[in-house]
Amino acid sequence: MATTRILEWLGRFYVVLLLGFLYLPIIIMAAMSFNASPFYQLPFEWTTDWYASLWQNEQLIAATWNSIEIAVITTLISTVLGSMASLAFYRHEFRGKKVLQALLFPPIAIPWLITGTAMLIFFFGVGIGRGLVAILLGHVALALPYVIVVVSARLQTFAPELEEAARSLGANQWQVTMRVTLPWIMPGVIAGGLFAFAVSFDQFVVSYFLSTPGQTTLPVEIYAAIRKGFTPEINAVSTIIIAVSMALMLLTARFFKFGGEK
Amino acid sequence: MADLLAIGSRRGLRPALPLLLPAYLWLTVAIFLPLSAMVFFSFMTDLPLAGKEWSFTLGNYAAFFSQSLYSTLLFASLRLGLEVTLWCIVIGYPAAYVLAKVLKGRSREAIFLLVILPFWSNGLVRIFSWAMVLREGGILDTALNAVLPFKINIDLMYSYPAVIIGLVHSYVPYMVLTCYLTLQAIDDSLIEAGRSLGASRRQVLWRVIIPLSMPGLIAGSALIFVPVVGSFMEPRILGGRTGTFYGTVIEDQFVAVFNWPLGAALSFILLAVVLIILALAAPVLRRAA
Repeated sequence: MATTRILEWLGRFYVVLLLGFLYLPIIIMAAMSFNASPFYQLPFEWTTDWYASLWQNEQLIAATWNSIEIAVITTLISTVLGSMASLAFYRHEFRGKKVLQALLFPPIAIPWLITGTAMLIFFFGVGIGRGLVAILLGHVALALPYVIVVVSARLQTFAPELEEAARSLGANQWQVTMRVTLPWIMPGVIAGGLFAFAVSFDQFVVSYFLSTPGQTTLPVEIYAAIRKGFTPEINAVSTIIIAVSMALMLLTARFFKFGGEK
Repeated sequence: MADLLAIGSRRGLRPALPLLLPAYLWLTVAIFLPLSAMVFFSFMTDLPLAGKEWSFTLGNYAAFFSQSLYSTLLFASLRLGLEVTLWCIVIGYPAAYVLAKVLKGRSREAIFLLVILPFWSNGLVRIFSWAMVLREGGILDTALNAVLPFKINIDLMYSYPAVIIGLVHSYVPYMVLTCYLTLQAIDDSLIEAGRSLGASRRQVLWRVIIPLSMPGLIAGSALIFVPVVGSFMEPRILGGRTGTFYGTVIEDQFVAVFNWPLGAALSFILLAVVLIILALAAPVLRRAA
């Protein structure tokens, strides 16, 4: 049994190593955003100048506002439409249900490069063109399947008898939904909404193909900056963006158990 | 009888329709129609915009099959996908096992969350963070030279290994997640039974644990292989001039060369490859879900 214990400790050590692999580059990148040298030279000298200079970068600030705006609208639309669709799947049995559910898979599984270029071609063809409207159209479509999957998972824990009971007590469909079903599935709806926000806020590939110089989002702007050359300013804005998205996911985890354990 | 059935199913669908329609209309406009349009455009000589002349052609596909450049790059991307997937299995599977079978309670929950947390943060930024580590005079270079007695130059930046490292870093949480889910479902008593019947650790691993966790391995592999084959941003940032892959060529058609019909054809060929892979993995994926 001594071998078992040694192996278990080796296993724990290994997991720590993996966490190091996952987090060290991010930590180093964040640290460099506080380093005075514009060429990332050591020794380390503390500064917040790079963050201060972000405030002067109007292009970046405009892109940030676009990102936030699009993420918020995407969250609202995809949460409402996605929850509605989940309810339909939960309440109704109909032919073709399996097909409709299977159709949620392609937006998640097809590489964004393909989806993004296809959207570019189509939106151009029908006259929507590129820009924020096109980006929003794309983001909602990418977020919808995630919302439907997450809300449906929550609905599986909901007993249909509760809706029956409310109906037999005289509640109409709207009252049943708003007063009985929705409060129960709320954690799922919130988690779905947070997923949608993350999908939109972190989305790069699809936004990249659909943006124009004036109408762009933060990740697209960062990509353009990276390709011009690395500067600590990119580190600063990257650090902010990664802190925001990690905080969001921690929040999501409070509402939605990823591993399905419990 | 058939009519009756049809009416019955319509009755089933009609009340569901108001709830379903908005979401599926949106998906149609933003996903399904664009994908169909892409197939259509890939057979055109030019975009039918601003009165430009266009006609149907097979030339875009002929370009793929006649110029070895494209098929070579497609194979390079498939190879990249394969290598990244294998590394993710080698690195992710043991971690998933430790999470599922060694760690317990709150520490398991916390570490599980830590593993999948970066996965949901910005992929572009995480790729950029590797540039800080890998470039000459970067952290890896500095740290190794501080420890080693002799001077070495580590400049992995803009190389094939750099692309592999960045992609493995991006996708290994997928493998940990899917393998963890199937490993967790394996009853410990099966492992104990195998051991008490005289099987060695290695035999239990190969004959019990790995076969039972195969759905997780295959699901994880499909989820990693597919996006890696279509990756373009990672090779661009970390690969530099060595980072030309199938994905970067498609990107070029749309943002640099502006040969959209060719780009559409190349995209569609990639889509076909991806769909074949997903179709092969689908039975296993369905059983896992």
